[in-house]
Amino acid sequence: MNAAATRNGVAPFLPWRVRVAMFTRLLAIQASWNYELMLGPGLGFCIEPALRLLPGGRGGKAYREAMARQTRYFNAQPYFAAVAVGALARAELDGYPPEQIERFRTAMCGPLGSLGDRLVWAGWLPFSALLALLAFGLRADAPLVVLVFLLFYNAGHLGVRVWALMAGWRGGLRVATSLGGPLLRRGPALLSRGIMALAGVALPLSIWRILQGLPVPPVPESEVVRAVGGVAIASSILLAAVVGVVLVRLHSRVEGWRVALAVLAVLIIYSVAR
Amino acid sequence: MTGADLLALLPVAIVGALLGLDVVSFPQAMISRPIVAATLGGALAGDITSGLIAGAVLEMIALEMLPVGASRYPEWGTASVVGGALAAGFYTLPGAAVVAIFASIATAWAGGWSMYGLRRLNGIWARRDRGQLEAGAPGAAASLQLRGLSADLLRGFVLTAIALLIWTPITSWVLQRWSLDRTLSHVALAAMAAAVAGSAAWRVSQGVKWARWCFVGGLAIGFATLMLR
Repeated sequence: MNAAATRNGVAPFLPWRVRVAMFTRLLAIQASWNYELMLGPGLGFCIEPALRLLPGGRGGKAYREAMARQTRYFNAQPYFAAVAVGALARAELDGYPPEQIERFRTAMCGPLGSLGDRLVWAGWLPFSALLALLAFGLRADAPLVVLVFLLFYNAGHLGVRVWALMAGWRGGLRVATSLGGPLLRRGPALLSRGIMALAGVALPLSIWRILQGLPVPPVPESEVVRAVGGVAIASSILLAAVVGVVLVRLHSRVEGWRVALAVLAVLIIYSVAR
Repeated sequence: MTGADLLALLPVAIVGALLGLDVVSFPQAMISRPIVAATLGGALAGDITSGLIAGAVLEMIALEMLPVGASRYPEWGTASVVGGALAAGFYTLPGAAVVAIFASIATAWAGGWSMYGLRRLNGIWARRDRGQLEAGAPGAAASLQLRGLSADLLRGFVLTAIALLIWTPITSWVLQRWSLDRTLSHVALAAMAAAVAGSAAWRVSQGVKWARWCFVGGLAIGFATLMLR
């Protein structure tokens, strides 16, 4: 790579086989996640195809030094870690001083973690899940519900990974400007509003489908027929509202899944013991 | 348990292993989310609709847990396959969904601990390979990744198989003694799941302007749609 030319801001051409190899490896970036180095070895693993382009090739001095740097401690949201992968690969190939690369590496952890957590884990994922629940509530068949979720979620997931890798490569150590775009800044708030609107529509409809969609056993006067009645639905929604308010009030002191586990345990014990 | 039973368990355990891998290690495409995993589990056990319903309930409960970094959270991938398979396997019996969801949440809890164990194991391997990593040895990082992937795949397989071996006879035993009205138990199940999902959405949108009005608007549309049915 021509360091002088690339430092002027124009990203050099990265061979397609290297891009594809880096992208594929990004899908497994967390494979060796651990409490000591966290994402570090995974980050090194993803950058490695680009480092083979360093003078001396695979196993050369420059390659070994760069690999040693890139497998040290690192942590970020896994999809947005692609920004760091692209940027660090570019910095290594541009021949930036090791201290500068290490400073940049450390500085990227916080922003990439926080942005990814807000945008993906607390935004896109619940939004996609609620969209699938809406399809479920609207009586879509099982394959359609699954497809709605997988296609919608992964359009965003794969889009983010591709964008992040290329933005990192194009921006190099100046990639921070790409992270200040309007979509990334306003995205979490927009998604939160979408989540709330979808939750409002999807939850009552899902309750209805859960009660209506009970499997019908081969007996003529099934209780299931009664289960779809308005009283059952109204009771469910009312109960959900009361328990929901309690859970919101107890925020951070109790996790909903533990409460659900305890309630179901009581229900099972009562039903068996009485 | 006969050899045929164990053989029938194999495809579910394989799917559990693959979906368990998706949770963190590869490819995180969220095929491990309950709405997908339980539906697959149900399809494998012979009733896709029961799997879907179990998946929807579990998805609502799982909405609350964000898979953020180093925190320990329930592992829904393998657990949902187990829940979907149990719900489908016993679908004609009253209480099947309740017991399947309970088994699934308990498995997810155990799964969270198994992920913690896996991360500790990855740490041991990383410490052992520190010399090679610090020397930038070619293949050192790839070898670590490969071991992590293999261990995670094995974790998912073993967890699914053990969960099914434990929960199938327990579910059968409980359902033979089940006395609660089917309607009542499902009202409780649906309400509990919706409450957890609603409170999760509320928490996610804390401090966002107009978010709560969006919820009210959505609720109005949801109720209107229900009324029109």
